[in-house]
This record gives sequence, structure tokens and C-alpha cells, in this order.
Amino acid sequence: MSPLLEIENLRVELTTRDGSAPVIDDLSFSLNAGETVSFVGESGCGKSMTALAILGLLPAGIGRVTRGSIKFNGEDLTKASDARMREIRGNEISMIFQEPMTSLNPVFTIGEQIAEVLREHRDMNAAQARSRAIELLDAVRIPNAKGRVDDYPHQMSGGQRQRVMIAIALACEPKILIADEPTTALDVTVQAQIFELMRDLGREFETSIILITHDMGAVAEMAERMLVMYAGRKVEAGPVDQVIDHPKHPYTKGLISCVPHLLAELTDERPPLAEIGGIVPGLAEFGRNQCLYAARCPLADDKCLQERPLPLAGKNGHEAACWHVEKVS
Amino acid sequence: MSVTRINLQEELQKPSHPFKEAWVMFRSNHSAMFGLIVLLIVIFAGVFGPVLYQGDPFDMVWAPFSPPGEEGYLLGTDYLGRDLLLMILHGARVSIAIGLAAAFLTVVIGITIGALAGFYRGWVEEVLMRITEFFQVLPTLLFSMVIVALFGASLPIVTFAIGVVSWPPVARITRTEFLRIRELEYVTAARASGVSNWKLIGRVILPNALPPIIVQAALMVGSAILFEAGLSFLGLTDPNIVSWGQIIGSNRQYILDSSYIVTIPGLAIFITVLAISLVGDGLNDALNPKLRKR
Repeated sequence: MSPLLEIENLRVELTTRDGSAPVIDDLSFSLNAGETVSFVGESGCGKSMTALAILGLLPAGIGRVTRGSIKFNGEDLTKASDARMREIRGNEISMIFQEPMTSLNPVFTIGEQIAEVLREHRDMNAAQARSRAIELLDAVRIPNAKGRVDDYPHQMSGGQRQRVMIAIALACEPKILIADEPTTALDVTVQAQIFELMRDLGREFETSIILITHDMGAVAEMAERMLVMYAGRKVEAGPVDQVIDHPKHPYTKGLISCVPHLLAELTDERPPLAEIGGIVPGLAEFGRNQCLYAARCPLADDKCLQERPLPLAGKNGHEAACWHVEKVS
Repeated sequence: MSVTRINLQEELQKPSHPFKEAWVMFRSNHSAMFGLIVLLIVIFAGVFGPVLYQGDPFDMVWAPFSPPGEEGYLLGTDYLGRDLLLMILHGARVSIAIGLAAAFLTVVIGITIGALAGFYRGWVEEVLMRITEFFQVLPTLLFSMVIVALFGASLPIVTFAIGVVSWPPVARITRTEFLRIRELEYVTAARASGVSNWKLIGRVILPNALPPIIVQAALMVGSAILFEAGLSFLGLTDPNIVSWGQIIGSNRQYILDSSYIVTIPGLAIFITVLAISLVGDGLNDALNPKLRKR
């Protein structure tokens, strides 16, 4: 069976003041039906750009796909017309955003906003859309859905708004749900609920999920496969348990060691909290033919600065782009 | 204690549109409510006055220059012996009609230009904003006089002339709001759910951009009335229709002998425009989220 979504050698360039720079550089990955894949990496690594590229929503006039393809059910989305992309967005591929507080239109009720998507893609009349909106609010576990369907966004809490966003995203039972850091702005307790909701609904609607996050705990809990991005490049990919237990790339290893551990006893000796020194390089350096992580890498040598490492396939599709894979583990 | 809690609960559960909240704010603003009441009286006078107090405002009814109150003519007569009260009532009709129509035209042109410029940016914005600036630097009174002189002095042309010279501020406000709102996350979210550009402009961005535009539109009604008075004072108005500015214009030679003839329509203009300004200020306060008490 061919994958639901297949991205091959994707390169996205952003026009900056000093010319154009590849914010996504030679990215390939595939997503199967019903599967959850997680994108991990620091801010500015191109995770969100990948999501926007899939939906054809790269910032107009600034970002564009210069190479590669994004095949959805065999159809290349990079070549699809605007009208076709509008049909796909919200209908077959939908997205939820990081900031539930600002992702809903403040002048319409939540019911109207859910109904809007249904009327756009499903040709429902107002009454049908409204009763479906109530069902969806119920499905995302908002208590008293019937009474709250006429609420305005400002009358809801952040967690509830994110549930509404999920209801809007899943209204048309899309094939793919892209969640761009869906819980970053929420309380820890609410985060767990949202993840559980997404997992359950993903199963119920048979929706594949692309989860963009930097929360390793969420990755371990939600995803089957993960993909680590650094400076616009895929540095490691593979099954989640394998990557977390035996990271092959020093960056992945660093990210995992940065997760703080809760202690069983407060009197236990606390291990020092790890960090990865330095920062993600600026956009201008993204295209260079070298390992972009070299400046922060403890294993870096001359080779890393002279040639870009390409992803090396291992068993179970566990691949890493590093010259020193054997030294990492 | 328990009573308070129940009320609070009801307050929390009652869904309220942001504009409904604005109305609550507006209602508690005394000067704005005063303005609104005065404005309603003026509108009532314009709509029903000529029906209740019938007569042709151009008819000579009594000796010229009769001061107010004489022979049952409440506001007296003008230099041709016409009933001033009747003329004021008919003039109210014209002023309100032109004020609303010109403000409407202003808002339609302004929103269209501003929305397209703010949404599409790039060369569309460049072209539309240069056009806006071109209209902004023209001397407005002179330009509208040229239009009226060219196309003839009739009500539609006067309305058109006023609308055409006063839209640039609305266009600039609309564009600014669009530039701000188009970058907000709910617009991206709407885009990601497959909403077309036209719907983004009309259904997503515009409703959120409306508050400052509404305030500007309310103030536009006042300035359009002033503008019309100015034009008709200069004689650039339909000679078959009475308007306040025209009464002042045609009686201006007698300002020293019979000052009431120009004072009364002058007061009518002043009170109407003041009322509109108060309403506009009230709207501004009510629609400004920073001043809203939560």
C-alpha cells in the first residue's frame, strides 16, 4: 500500500534581505493511514514550515517550494491549483495551532465557526450544520454542548478553546490532522487531556496525525514514529521507542537528555539538568554544505565542517544524518 | 449571599455578542445617550415634521422679516415671507438624507479600497494607496464644488460629490485594521480550514475591523451635513429643495437687521452635528476594548 502522504526531497526557500535561504532542505518522509508521526526540534528548525508547506500556506511572496514533491494520495500538492488546495484544507488535511486563545474568531460563536467549515465543505444547511456542531462539541468532551454552542470564544478557557479547535479541525473527518504544538500554551493537566482526546478521536475518525512538538513526553505517548529536525534538515527518523532508547544523532541524544526527571523521593540526589549549548544557526547559514549541528556538537571534527552528512538508513527505517553514528550510542 | 451567586451564574452563562456589550457600555454614557436622543428628535422632525405641519416651504405666507412668534409663525418668516419653521423641517429631511447617504457612500468606497489594499498588499496596496493619497491632498471643498458645477446641482450629485472627497480616512483606517488582523492566528486558522479569500475579507477580517470604521462613519455623517451646508451656502445645491445651508446663504445679506433668520438654521446645523459627534465619541468609547470595564 502506498503511503497517504509522501514528501520527497522537499526544499522550501524563504526570501530574506540577503537573498533566499532554504528553511527546509531536502526533507523526505512518509505518513501511512492511521499513523501518528511526530516532528521534534527546537524553535526555528522548520517544523511549522513543513506543516504550512503541506497545506500550501507558506507566507505569500516570501516562502516557496523550490524542489521536491508533496504527494497526498498520489496527487502532488505543490502543483495543485488554489481552488483544489481550498478543497483539501479543512476537509482532507486540517490543522490546529499553538495558541488556542487567539485561534478563534472573537466575533462569532463557536457553533457558527464549526458550522462554517461544514457548510464550506459538506454542503450542509444551517440547521444540519448546527446539530452536527453540537455533536462535535460533545465528541471533544465539552460538557453541556447544547448550552455552550452559542458561546463566544472569550467565554471559554484555553483548554476548552483548544477542544473547539479540534472540533473544527475534525469536523469534516479529515485524513490528516496536523497539530502544531497544540498544548504548548496550556496547563500540564490540560495537556494530558488534549493528547488523550486527540489520540481517541484520531482512532475514531481514522485520521493520521502529524504532531509537531518539542515535548519528548508527548512524543513517547502519542506517536509511532518520530522525525527530528535541525536547521531545516532531517537529522534522525525512526520508530519512537527505538529513537528514544538508542538515539543515533548527537542532537537527538541532547534533546532527550534535556528532559527533566521527576524524582521518586525529594531526598534523592538530583541529577544536573542537561542543556545543549549554543543556539540554532541563523537562516543565512542553512544552505551550507556541512553539518549544521557541528558548532554545538561534542563529536564534531573537520569532516563535519566540510561535508554535509546524508541520512544513513538502519534497521526498521531508523536513519540518522551524522558522520559519527557509531560514536553516539 | 445565595441570591448574588445565582445572578453571577446567569451573567456568566448569558452569551453576549461583542457588539451587545458595546451597547451596554454606550447606554451608560450620559453624553452619548443625550446625543442619541437629540439625533432621534432631529430625525423624527425631518421624517414626520413636514407631514404634521403641512405646507409648501417656498410659499410666501406672511410679511417678510416677521420675528419668531408673530401671527402664529413659531420661527418667523424670511426675506421672502416664507415660513421659517416649515423650511427648517424640510431642511432637516435634506440634511439627514444627505448626511446618511454621503456617509454610506464614503464607507462603501473606503472599505472596498482599504480592504483590498490591506488584504492583498504588494502592488495592489501601492496603487490603491497612491490613489487614496491623491484624493487626500485635493482641497476637498474646491474639488466637490468642481464636481457639482460640472454635473449639475441636484441632490444625488451633491451626495456623490461629498462621498467622493471624504472616503480617504475610512480607506486608511480599514487598511490599517486589515494589516493588523490579517496576521492574527484566527485568520491563518480560517485559511487552514479552506476559507476562500473573499470570505476571509468579508466574514473573517471585516467584522473584526468594524469598530473603528463604525466610529469614523458616525462622524462622517456629521461632517457630510456640514459639507452640504457649506455647498448650499455657496448656492451649489438643488434650487427646488430647501436646506439649512441654503437658508443661511440666501438670507446672509440681512444678518444685521434680522439675525434670527440665519441664527436658527445655524443652530439647527450646530445641534445636529454636535449630537452626531457625541454619539460618535460614545461609540468610540464603547467599542474600544481598552476602555471596556470587565
